[in-house]
Amino acid sequence: MAQTEQAEQDYEKYYVPDQSPWPIVGAVALFLIAFGAGNFVVEQTKAQSGYGGWILTAGFATLLVMLIGWFKNQIDESMSGLYSAQLGRSYRQGMAWFIFSEVMFFAAFFGALFYARVIAIPWLDGAGNNEMTGAVLWPDFEAMWPLLSTPGGVQTTAMPWTGLPLYNTIILMVSSVTCHMAHVALEKNERTKLKVWLGITILLGCFFLYMQVVEYIHAYNDMGLTLQSGIYGNTFFLLTGFHGMHVTLGTIILIVLFLRVLKGHFTPDNHFAFQAGSWYWHFVDVVWVMLFFFVYIL
Amino acid sequence: MSTATTELDHDDHHHGAPSGIKRWLYTTNHKDIGTLYLWFAFIMFLVGGAMAMVIRAELFQPGLQIVDPNFFNQMTTVHGLIMVFGAVMPAFTGLANWLVPMMIGAPDMALPRMNNWSFWILPGAFTILLASLFMEGGGPAFGWTFYAPLSTTYSNDTTALFVFSVHIMGISSIMGAINVIVTIFNMRAPGMTWMKMPLFVWTWLITAFLLIAVMPVLAGAVTMVLTDKYFGTSFFDAAGGGDPVMFQHIFWFFGHPEVYIMILPAFGIISAIIPTFSRKKLFGYASMVYATTSIALLSFIVWAHHMFTTGMPVEAELFFMFATMLISVPTGVKVFNWVATMWRGSMTFEVPMLFALAFIVLFTIGGLSGLMLAIVPVDFQYHDTYFVVAHFHYVLVTGAIFSIMAAVYYWLPKWTGKMFDVTLAKWHFWCSLISVNVLFFPMHFVGLAGMPRRIPDYALQFADFNKWISLGGFAFGLSQLIFLALLIKACRKQGEPVSAQVWDGAEGLEWEIPSPAPYHTFDTPPVVK
Ligand code: HEM
Ligand SMILES: [Cu+2]
Repeated sequence: MAQTEQAEQDYEKYYVPDQSPWPIVGAVALFLIAFGAGNFVVEQTKAQSGYGGWILTAGFATLLVMLIGWFKNQIDESMSGLYSAQLGRSYRQGMAWFIFSEVMFFAAFFGALFYARVIAIPWLDGAGNNEMTGAVLWPDFEAMWPLLSTPGGVQTTAMPWTGLPLYNTIILMVSSVTCHMAHVALEKNERTKLKVWLGITILLGCFFLYMQVVEYIHAYNDMGLTLQSGIYGNTFFLLTGFHGMHVTLGTIILIVLFLRVLKGHFTPDNHFAFQAGSWYWHFVDVVWVMLFFFVYIL
Repeated sequence: MSTATTELDHDDHHHGAPSGIKRWLYTTNHKDIGTLYLWFAFIMFLVGGAMAMVIRAELFQPGLQIVDPNFFNQMTTVHGLIMVFGAVMPAFTGLANWLVPMMIGAPDMALPRMNNWSFWILPGAFTILLASLFMEGGGPAFGWTFYAPLSTTYSNDTTALFVFSVHIMGISSIMGAINVIVTIFNMRAPGMTWMKMPLFVWTWLITAFLLIAVMPVLAGAVTMVLTDKYFGTSFFDAAGGGDPVMFQHIFWFFGHPEVYIMILPAFGIISAIIPTFSRKKLFGYASMVYATTSIALLSFIVWAHHMFTTGMPVEAELFFMFATMLISVPTGVKVFNWVATMWRGSMTFEVPMLFALAFIVLFTIGGLSGLMLAIVPVDFQYHDTYFVVAHFHYVLVTGAIFSIMAAVYYWLPKWTGKMFDVTLAKWHFWCSLISVNVLFFPMHFVGLAGMPRRIPDYALQFADFNKWISLGGFAFGLSQLIFLALLIKACRKQGEPVSAQVWDGAEGLEWEIPSPAPYHTFDTPPVVK
């Protein structure tokens, strides 16, 4: 008994929110997005008519409403001091595991890249016990990486790592540092520095995205490197493409954080959202370094 | 273990359950969300079961009689997808929702609003999947494993809907798993140290880790199927430098941990029930924890035992064979521990215990046929036959599903405050037990004799066994209606009131709060000694 009273004194109440309408709005949004996207893809590629695009748009609009409502709710609660240190830990751990799941998503595509390079392509050329595959199916095929000429005969050119990709690598790595500097400034409560570093990070992110678009246009128009150019183009565009989407999301998160900083949110010891955003940013940077190494250099 | 805070002070905004539909749509309460998950899983179980009835009706006799082969394929595919992602997984998540906070002395799940979201996106995902059955060209017909090129070159136009609905199921599972992990890491009551945690909590912790590690890989696999089919990539097409076998590697890297996702929580449930009705402490608690952990880790390096016939190099075949056999060791440890727990216990045979005992025997049969399948040269013959179907139905139906039923019978009185209808429950148990064996045991024989799986017709020599299999199937399906009736009665709160303890010999924090469990429990954490 005594211990229970003791516990009650030490215990900061864990905030269990009341009912909330936002998750169900989010569920409707995801339903519309999935249903819309499914139909949209079919309609676009099979030249059918339908409402897929509209449903998809409605889904994203609903998602936006949900995000704004939910986050506003969350921010109000946080600002009115409902949150305990324990709840902060829940959020941080949740974010960390979310990032881990993202790592595994990228791992699937890296896995495809490694498998194709190390196993599938040599086998197509008759390596291991696959001599007959090479001899019978595509006798003229030669294993190489990047795969510039597929067994089916599609030709392409390789994206060099020098030039634009190298600059982009430097940009993202610098942005990781500036993001960290912003975090340090926040923890020291140096608000002006915080704004400057965070602003620079956002600009670097936008510049990176711009350069990615330039690179894609160059690949499509001048190099004949497209999504359809065999496994090299497939892994190249899916890996850099999904990474680019994550940078876009990361940049949006940073912009939202920036606006909140301008409104005076976050204190040196209460800034989960900021921390989560910066973790996410470091994560997309690390993925890029892996990409640069395995997709461009090697 | 003892606690004093069982009376619940409602001095703040926490009151009883709100009423009306909003209660369920807006809820942030782990018990409500647990109930939603469980009912959803049960409905999906009946829907997926109805499809199984179609399959068995077609296979009742040789020849093509009831459905056309394309529709037959859709039935096997959607049956598998629904049972895996719609029935077993949500049922376990529902149990985790109900039980984990009560077992560790937490006021709720760590992230209650996300909890609501992860449930409510599920009905949407299955609506899409089921809707695709009625669209032009029909639903997915490539098997629940959606091997390329069946799912790419040869699939019908609605495949994109399948892809996006699987994405949503994945998002739901990942969010659910994050919630469970964070709850267990961060919300344990003072004194609830790691090695005091009930095994159900332990097994779910590890399951959640597996989920977060492999569901994104499944998302990657369906994404590549999508781009291969619709956007001209060639991940799984040799002409473009890809490889259809690569699909299988990616899929089974998800798929094998996935089968453990569907059995580890079952181990936790059985480890709770056996000690209660043997009136003894669980034998070898620590070894159970280590066995669970090693099963989970090993499950990442055995995936290619599903691919022995794809022409892998012999070194790979041997590696995956031995790694797979290694998993039988920790699995054996578990079975041994359960048996040792019962040894010289004063056993009684209440309904949860009946299901738990059936689990131990029948799951072990499934484990043994798995061991046979793990032997490479033997699998060359058994692969893609009904022997495999027998194997995974023993581990999944008489394993996972029986454990879920055991769990429902065990904790239902705690949830409703009333004892369920024991007569109906016993009917449910015995009818299920007999019919499930008539259904799945002969599948071993026809499988060994070479009957291929996923084909709507078969050679005349298999006709007698298939007749019995189908009859067993219909009987098993009907038996579940008894369960439905029992659950409806239970939800209407019919039956004798029960005490807080419910079963004498039950241990754990959840048995120290009143029955029915109040809407909010452990607002202030109990102290666990
Ligand atoms: C002792 C442990 C186990 C061993 C050695 C084992 C081994 C195997 C092997 C070798 C196969 C591939 C057979 C083939 O396609 O030729 C297989 C298939 C399968 N196993 Fe197991 N297994 C074990 C336990 C489990 C458990 C616990 C579950 C699920 C709860 C499970 C679910 C499945 C499923 C669903 C398939 C078939 C997938 C498909 O092709 O559709 N297994 N098992
Ligand atoms: Cu397996």
